[in-house]
Amino acid sequence: MDGYIIGTVIKAILILAVISALAGFGTYIERKVLAFVQRRLGPMHVGPFGLLQILADGIKLFTKEDFIPSGANRIVFMIAPAITAATAFIALAAVPLLPEFEIFGVTIKPIVSDLNIGLLFVIAMMGVGLYGPLLAGMAQENKWGIIGSARTAIQFLSYEVVTGLSLLAPIMMVGSLSLIDFNEYQAGGIGNWIVWTQPLAFILFLISGFAETNRTPFDLLENEAEVISGYATEYSGMRWGMFFIGEYANMITIGFLAALIFLGGFNPLGFIPGGIAIILKVSFFFFLMLWVRSAWPHIRPDQLMWLCWKVLMPLAVINILVTGIVMMV
Amino acid sequence: METIAFYIFAILITGLFLVTVMSKNILYSMSALAAGMVLISGLFFILGADFLGAVQLVVYSGAVMALYAFGMMFFDATRNVKEKNSSGTLVFLLSGLSAVVLVAIFAAPSIGANIKPLVTGAKGLDNPHVIGEVLFTKYLIPFEVAAVMLLVAMIAGIILASKKMDKSLSEVYIDTLPEEELKEQK
Repeated sequence: MDGYIIGTVIKAILILAVISALAGFGTYIERKVLAFVQRRLGPMHVGPFGLLQILADGIKLFTKEDFIPSGANRIVFMIAPAITAATAFIALAAVPLLPEFEIFGVTIKPIVSDLNIGLLFVIAMMGVGLYGPLLAGMAQENKWGIIGSARTAIQFLSYEVVTGLSLLAPIMMVGSLSLIDFNEYQAGGIGNWIVWTQPLAFILFLISGFAETNRTPFDLLENEAEVISGYATEYSGMRWGMFFIGEYANMITIGFLAALIFLGGFNPLGFIPGGIAIILKVSFFFFLMLWVRSAWPHIRPDQLMWLCWKVLMPLAVINILVTGIVMMV
Repeated sequence: METIAFYIFAILITGLFLVTVMSKNILYSMSALAAGMVLISGLFFILGADFLGAVQLVVYSGAVMALYAFGMMFFDATRNVKEKNSSGTLVFLLSGLSAVVLVAIFAAPSIGANIKPLVTGAKGLDNPHVIGEVLFTKYLIPFEVAAVMLLVAMIAGIILASKKMDKSLSEVYIDTLPEEELKEQK
């Protein structure tokens, strides 16, 4: 029992540390990839290849004055960024990050808590996470903030529906909500990947994943051209940094979910061992998000709603219906 | 271990819902309501009803979100709402009620010893499977009736909201204006 508790605490701390560090590194990768696509150089003056830019940015974030505007609701204003960051990491608790491995003769499962409803828990926690931007926008006395939080309410609430419905078809096929069962279902190699049997669900999940992590074609919450910075307008320093870390952790979570559910998870891929295979897949999804950001413009809020309710949701429902009929016959 | 967790959750939930009722600031009430709903799912997780816990999280985080949207429309979130009722009687009654609830919570373990589950799922099935099995065999008719009711409510909502839906809101506004004003605007 004691060993279990200590093991869980160590896993939680490791995940927190590694993912936070990756979020910091993610900013560097994002700037480099955007620069590469747009034929620029990106950060290059601080350190070799501009690598120390992350450190400089970190020092700036940590030492910046933590500013609370006078008209704001102090308590809610201070809590809001913590909600985004905390729920993003809690969601990762039910995600198996790597295959089981042995170290010092002890078998370690790299998952904090193997819930039998893992997938539902991750979706629920990401849903709770949208309280962060919502409360942040409402707590500051700023019209851009209010518009940002109104957009949070409609965008995340609508795309939550599409995420749930698009995942329902794979769940029906596997017959379980545990992400480890999803992984085992696809153990037979590339031919067994769910993406071949559920291509529509995969595309729907990716689109709604972009919307839920607030990535570019759908980043209306903090669209600089329209609403300054939306819900984050009045935030500075580390509180803004927490929103940022939460967003990057959510991107990584969506990458893991897509890899685990549709692309064979951490099963070994030919000569590549499973642990490296899943890291490659998650990196690909991370790169895809940056790629799309550099290639596509924002869309309007009404286009966003039209896409969700008149295109994606009916497609998801039809997909479930067809999957059900095929499974019954 | 579970008892301690239960008491912590119970006290927090009661306290948060008290804030929801008593606070004059719309933002505090809403946030306390949302936090209380999230913590209730903790009770489900303690009881081993994982599926219901996650459903509680999904459903109520969305439902309270809709309330926030209304709050945003009707109130200024950073100001206090002026209430007519400032009588101490309400406060007295409510705090008395929550005291009774707390007593009931503390008495719960001794009462709860007599409670037996109505349905025990077949062995080897996990939580979502048991719920699915019970819903589609023993409680099929209530389940379907609830589904039909939700469908009726959804259709009614669409019909109520869909008047003049093919026009944009500004066009609808212009239609309601008297003709002289329209000429002035032109």
